[in-house]
Amino acid sequence: MGQTIIEKILSAHSGQQVYANDIVVARVDFIMGQDGTSPLAIRAFEDMGGRDVFDRERVAFVIDHSAPSPNEGVSALHKLMREFARAKGFRLYDIGEGVCHQLIPESGMVGPGSLVIGADSHTCTYGALNAFSTGVGSTDLAGGLISGRMWFKVPESFKFALHGVLPPGVYAKDLILYLIGDVTADGATYMSAEYTGEAVAAMSMEGRFTMANMAIEMGAKAGLMEADEKTFRWLDRFTGRSFNPASPDADAVYARVKEYDVSRLEPQVARPHRVDNVCPVGEVAGTPIQQAVIGTCTNGRLEDLRIAAGILRGKKINPEVRLIVAPASKTVYLDAMREGIIQDLVEAGAAVVTPGCGPCVGTHNGVPSDGENVISTANRNFKGRMGNSKAFIYLASPATVAASALTGMITDPREFVK
Amino acid sequence: MRFRGKAHKFGNDVNTDYIISGKYKFKTLDMKELARHVMEDLDPDFYGKVSRGDFIVAGTNFGCGSSREQAPLAIKYADVSAVLAKSFARIFYRNCINTGLPVVECDTDLIEGGDELEVDLAGGVIRNLSRGIDIPIKPLPGVMIKILNDGGLAAHFRKHGGFNLD
Repeated sequence: MGQTIIEKILSAHSGQQVYANDIVVARVDFIMGQDGTSPLAIRAFEDMGGRDVFDRERVAFVIDHSAPSPNEGVSALHKLMREFARAKGFRLYDIGEGVCHQLIPESGMVGPGSLVIGADSHTCTYGALNAFSTGVGSTDLAGGLISGRMWFKVPESFKFALHGVLPPGVYAKDLILYLIGDVTADGATYMSAEYTGEAVAAMSMEGRFTMANMAIEMGAKAGLMEADEKTFRWLDRFTGRSFNPASPDADAVYARVKEYDVSRLEPQVARPHRVDNVCPVGEVAGTPIQQAVIGTCTNGRLEDLRIAAGILRGKKINPEVRLIVAPASKTVYLDAMREGIIQDLVEAGAAVVTPGCGPCVGTHNGVPSDGENVISTANRNFKGRMGNSKAFIYLASPATVAASALTGMITDPREFVK
Repeated sequence: MRFRGKAHKFGNDVNTDYIISGKYKFKTLDMKELARHVMEDLDPDFYGKVSRGDFIVAGTNFGCGSSREQAPLAIKYADVSAVLAKSFARIFYRNCINTGLPVVECDTDLIEGGDELEVDLAGGVIRNLSRGIDIPIKPLPGVMIKILNDGGLAAHFRKHGGFNLD
């Protein structure tokens, strides 16, 4: 019987032929924790009687959610993480290195066919590299750190066949928002989303990371795609390792298949307070905004900053708007500096903050005030997400956010994209 | 395991930011303190309304969003005995099993806010005492029963030295 991508990866890591709904204990290639989840994992590790991590090269902690620390409570948790990582001898990425979901792919430890767990729900991002990576809680993370293994129910797969080519001014972010709006926030619960078709083949790696990143917003356990030349070229910069890519068999069984023609897609916006509350930008165009955010694990990569700079270069943002930019990693930051992108953004009026999660999770770096509207490239717009339950968050592509920062209201970016 | 208490009703897609906001969870490992803010953005008075043993009752996709284990822990430390919903998001569901917060899939349309319930996990039934109806429970997978019976994943590891789920 044919297998989907996830069935192949879980088979390879459990030493048996497995299919959807089987329950397996599988070997894990890499394990990641961040500063919102690792402290509880350390406590669980000790509670479990853990002594060492299973493999020091295959574990990392990342301080990115509240980095640098905004208060003494967070400082104590960061200290706990640093001491634990030092004592166990594995790598900790400290403040300013970037968002975990950019750093782990850049580490070169994860690639096609890998199996990764991370104590962060957006760990599904590495599906762009053809890795089965998924979010777990702190206790699962501790179990993984000790044993190098994890139990999984093999998910059913949901194939998204994406035909055609995205029009100018319309990006991977618009496409994934559209898909989430179409299938809703629990449309793929417990499933592995498999993205395929010409639209994926034509997409940059940055766009693919965006697509994989938001799979969780429709409830999916993974957002996977096949590896191709672009994948390997992207990895070549960071590693010489070889990987075992997983491609679906022609007779693989999918629980659901949906076909889309992307060639007429418009820019999309997710309205407050749900990620699946999606509409074409025209329906909300003209809504005044007070804050714009470009960054996060969804859209803080070089291409994203480049698109924003392309719109903002030589112009000034609206005086009523604060524009906050958080590069996804130090590498992205440096690349953007070399290209003059950071100069363009700052001259246009952007405040660039430390590479990391930025204001996305509401701990620092730009908590909105009561009644304010924020347009952000992030992946969640839940009430209170950015630290104030009386603010309103709209989600969009970097182009839409940049164009909106210029005009002071939600704006269709297509008129600004040459 | 058998629990008795009052139902506190919520809608569909209750996410983990609503269960416990990110602005609190990063500050402390003191779950008693976090529990004071549980469900705050949906009902600012929720913590004060809960009596020991009460239930959170919701629609579909409960616990969607982030992987924060502070979400089930904050519920547990608020003295809620179990969460009843039509369906759960997967990371939250695993976290509940791992930390020993019972999660029950059932038809929650048969429960209104304020109803007095008796949840009998072993017997596989919820008795809605206010309405005099029995609501069947969807049984848990075997792997989860093993972990729950050991007292959560940490206790499972202490007992077996690793995964022992076969």
